[in-house]
Amino acid sequence: MSLLEIQRLSLSIGDTPILRDVELSVAPSEVMGLVGESGSGKSITALTVMRLLPWAARATGRVVFDGIDILAASEDQMCALRGDDIGMVFQEPMTALNPVKTIGEQVAEGIRWHTRASRADAEDRARKMLDRVGLPSAKFPLSRYPHELSGGQRQRVVIAIACALKPKLLIADEPTTALDVVLQAQILDLLRDLVAENRMGLLLISHDLAVVTEMADRITILRHGEVMEAGDTARTLSEQLHPYTRQLAQASMHVPARARAHEVGQDNPQLQAANPLLQVAKPLLQVESLTRDYPGRRKSLLKRAAPIRAVVDVSFSIDPGQSVALVGRSGCGKSTLARMVLALDGPTSGTIRFRDQVITGKSEAELKPARRDMQVVFQDPYGSFDPRQKVEKLVAEPLHVLGKKPTNAERREMVAKALHEVGLSPRDMDKYPHEFSGGQRQRLSIARAIITRPKLVVADEPVSALDVSIRAQILDLFAELNQKLGVAYLFITHDLTVARAITDQVMVMHDGKIVERGRTSDVLDHPQSEPAKALVTAAPDLHRAIARRLQEQG
Amino acid sequence: MTLRFDIPEENFADILVKAFTNRSFLTGFAITIVVAAVAIVSFFWTPFDVTRLIIADKTQAPSPAHWFGTDHFGRDILSMIMVGARNSIAVALVAVGIGMGVGVPLGAFAAARGGIVDEAVMRLNDLVFAFPALLSAIMITAIFGPGALNAIIAIGIFNIPVFARVARAGTLAIWPREFILAARAAGKGKTLITLEHVLPNIVTLLLVQGTIQFALGILAEAGLSYVGLGTQPPMPSWGRMLFDAQTRMVAAPWMAIFPGMAIVVTVLGLNLLGDGIADILDPKSRRQR
Amino acid sequence: MTVYLLKRLAIALITLVLASMVVFAVLEIIPGDPARLMLGLNASADQVELLRNQMGLNAPLALRYLHWAGGLLSLDFGRSYTYSVPVIDLVRERVVVSLPLALIALALSTIIAIPVGLFSAGRHGRAGDTIAMGAAQLGVAVPNFWFALMLIYLFAVWLRLVPSGGFPGWSAGVWPALKSLILPAIALALPQAAILARVTRSALIEVLNEDYIRTARAKGLPFRAVLWRHALRNAMIPVLTILGLQFAFLLAGTIIIENVFYLPGLGRLVFQAITQRDLIVVESVVMLLVAAVIAVNLLVDLSYAVVDPRLRSRQ
Repeated sequence: MSLLEIQRLSLSIGDTPILRDVELSVAPSEVMGLVGESGSGKSITALTVMRLLPWAARATGRVVFDGIDILAASEDQMCALRGDDIGMVFQEPMTALNPVKTIGEQVAEGIRWHTRASRADAEDRARKMLDRVGLPSAKFPLSRYPHELSGGQRQRVVIAIACALKPKLLIADEPTTALDVVLQAQILDLLRDLVAENRMGLLLISHDLAVVTEMADRITILRHGEVMEAGDTARTLSEQLHPYTRQLAQASMHVPARARAHEVGQDNPQLQAANPLLQVAKPLLQVESLTRDYPGRRKSLLKRAAPIRAVVDVSFSIDPGQSVALVGRSGCGKSTLARMVLALDGPTSGTIRFRDQVITGKSEAELKPARRDMQVVFQDPYGSFDPRQKVEKLVAEPLHVLGKKPTNAERREMVAKALHEVGLSPRDMDKYPHEFSGGQRQRLSIARAIITRPKLVVADEPVSALDVSIRAQILDLFAELNQKLGVAYLFITHDLTVARAITDQVMVMHDGKIVERGRTSDVLDHPQSEPAKALVTAAPDLHRAIARRLQEQG
Repeated sequence: MTLRFDIPEENFADILVKAFTNRSFLTGFAITIVVAAVAIVSFFWTPFDVTRLIIADKTQAPSPAHWFGTDHFGRDILSMIMVGARNSIAVALVAVGIGMGVGVPLGAFAAARGGIVDEAVMRLNDLVFAFPALLSAIMITAIFGPGALNAIIAIGIFNIPVFARVARAGTLAIWPREFILAARAAGKGKTLITLEHVLPNIVTLLLVQGTIQFALGILAEAGLSYVGLGTQPPMPSWGRMLFDAQTRMVAAPWMAIFPGMAIVVTVLGLNLLGDGIADILDPKSRRQR
Repeated sequence: MTVYLLKRLAIALITLVLASMVVFAVLEIIPGDPARLMLGLNASADQVELLRNQMGLNAPLALRYLHWAGGLLSLDFGRSYTYSVPVIDLVRERVVVSLPLALIALALSTIIAIPVGLFSAGRHGRAGDTIAMGAAQLGVAVPNFWFALMLIYLFAVWLRLVPSGGFPGWSAGVWPALKSLILPAIALALPQAAILARVTRSALIEVLNEDYIRTARAKGLPFRAVLWRHALRNAMIPVLTILGLQFAFLLAGTIIIENVFYLPGLGRLVFQAITQRDLIVVESVVMLLVAAVIAVNLLVDLSYAVVDPRLRSRQ
């Protein structure tokens, strides 16, 4: 007997159909994984079970939870179910908690509401629940406010709220997407334990096939509001009978074809000394004992806390044409380092040399030649374009650094060429950015980066906001341009599969320092330092997950 | 003060379509056009000459000849409201112009520079905000003499910090966006980025604030004229007409009712227009699809 | 917390000092001689010289400012030229009219606006919301002095419920005094209430779109409970900001409204002083009103910290 049974669920918002004939079930103490790319209707399915849909949504079909017809239930009935029998965890921990209420109040509130317990009793139970999710009373008293907690800690509070009354069903909508891999592994462990302890059913929603494979007993794959395939996780993913399942799985494990990795140990001084030929190739970028401090918080009028050290004594170099990954947990200083390399932020001390020119402490005018040879691709394909300008102007923006201003015709020609190189049509020049999809915008972003024929492109999480199939295409494009134009990359990412896919070397950053550097495959297969080991162990891996599942099932 | 807003990602044609299906915008737009048209027509034609006093016709109730009645000098109220419209509009419009012209560059500059410049501009804003606007306007017009010009200056000065604040908040919200970083990585300076990327993106905010300040300017001008410090007779103005009406409320209530309604309708039209623009350009209204 | 408090306090003090300089300077830069301005064109040179000495106009500028500012601090505002009494006495007898008027208006506006805002936000997009916000839109457009005239016509002239103007003084009893403040307070409060209701509604609607509202709903709280327990407090910051700004509007509003109702308050005092060119009174009363606005804004800043724990801990 299923705990949750969804039959022929169709849903539309206004005139837009969102779901069509969705079938799904969750049994007690079972983990059901719901997978799909953005816009597949995963979240709406979850909100339908909670009946927290937008006003204009109209649903048909049957949703039965524990014998109750959810779609026909009254609002009072739903309020009794929510938070008591069904708990829900959301994607964005930073905004999921009320900033003006203490975590104790927020956990206890649901307990008091449903059980009519006294304040003291409810707080007592809230305390136990917070202990259970890994927030012990010594460091996390009930009187803490959300802003005093980190993202991972906040997600624990949200889980405590959702599980406070030991619900029969927990819905987790992308619970770890906003967290880095190490935190993700911790939160997934916690969810797994809670399911086992309370015989809860868990509906786990994720875009990440590897995460779902590690967690779920059964899996449902959703696309454009329709179920593509459903069944036992290990079998579904190992057999890959449905073409869309195969496509998703392959995209998740995609490695772009790269003819020649940038081998040879240029960064091995002994080897360089031994081979005079190698010394000819001077490093493109040289970073020497770079440090960036931010002033600490003011504690009183005269006292400040110690400065926050974002980047501490970092040195490295990148050769022409080399593709280097900079990996690390969120907040480790990767992005600060990238900004300094791009001369968008100045270091507290240390120097950066680009093509043998010192670029630290230089005026904007002196930086012009360096800027021409150094470009950037950002993470957010939506935020990195001015919505008021046309593609032609946006892609041509870096031409500003050229010594001689190109004429209009020259400019259009250069933009057309760049668009062609990233697989877009020159006709796209007269469109606005909002007319493109996320993947296409990332192509635009790359077109903008290569229009000046730079020697180095710094890419800050360039594929982490993209769906897996689009991600694979963009990685291919990066790999192709690396080969064709000989451009070097500094790839900032928290995702080891991305690093593995297109970089020759990897640098692992932790607490502002670079703790390990080496060939990508060496570091990822045999990490030496603790931070690197933690990253590698925590990273979800589809191959490994499927293998483990198959093994468990014999 | 932080401001969060999303930049609408639409082109002009989409926006037009939305504009013509938005009730607030259509109503506000229609009212504003009518008021503006009335003001323009008053230059060429009014039902009666407002400069001629016909004592025999004084304080007549509304009639087919005088739709809104006549005042204590026998002047036609409708004609005076028509002439008063152009006066109100002119004063408020120029005052908004002063506020925008000085305030927007100041606010955008302060936000782009940050640090001590920003702090100084903000403290200057605090200072102006500490003076109740109408009180100071009364002071200014009293010291430098009553009249429309001084009223414009007085109202305009108090528009400056309002626009500076909006421009600053808008700039601060735009500045951390990645497309600004991209422009900086392309070697563009702060001034160029402000002109190319920031201003075009906050223009809608400024437009909305502009209609609000326009409406407030009309109210302020009426207030000043009401206490005798704005537009001077014999030039008709809505505020002055209300002042004249006050002592004659019992005998000639129409002298008070119609000019007041003219103010209400004009201000209502502008506010609806502003609301409509905000609605149309706010992507949140779209998100609810 | 203390750093936030001290910073706000410092800003308020700086603003106050700058404001006093501005007030002083504006009256200094008046075209022509202030003494002659006050006495009019027919005054003899001796009279002017006498007044100049009385006003201390012959001392150096900086000294005069310090003298004036020092006087303000010790509540010595100088003597009114037209009334020939210390300004502080004038202020004392006028403030008992203006302060109750402003406070009643502020209370009235808040009491009307917050429930209307809650009502409208709770019915976002439905008929009740549309009607309430239509009324608010109209309220914002009404000039308070015209509204005052209409109220007088309706309640004083037509229905004869309240006096049409004047103030009997508190010595005539609390009720008669209050009765004469009712219409002015309503005239001041309603347009402000309309603005505040709109701000409350839009702040609430903004907050209701936040993720934590969904978290609260997922706990099983009904919408009404979420609105009161989670949304309202988060929506208070913009509402408090507007309340602070409205105090300044109300002060300025009293100038005109007290004129409409012939109320002997501070607003009428300063207005009359301006028209009579009694600069000593103008200087002092304007400074007093400005200080009140700065104090209220400081209070608003402090109340932010009460509402929002993030400000409290931003050390």
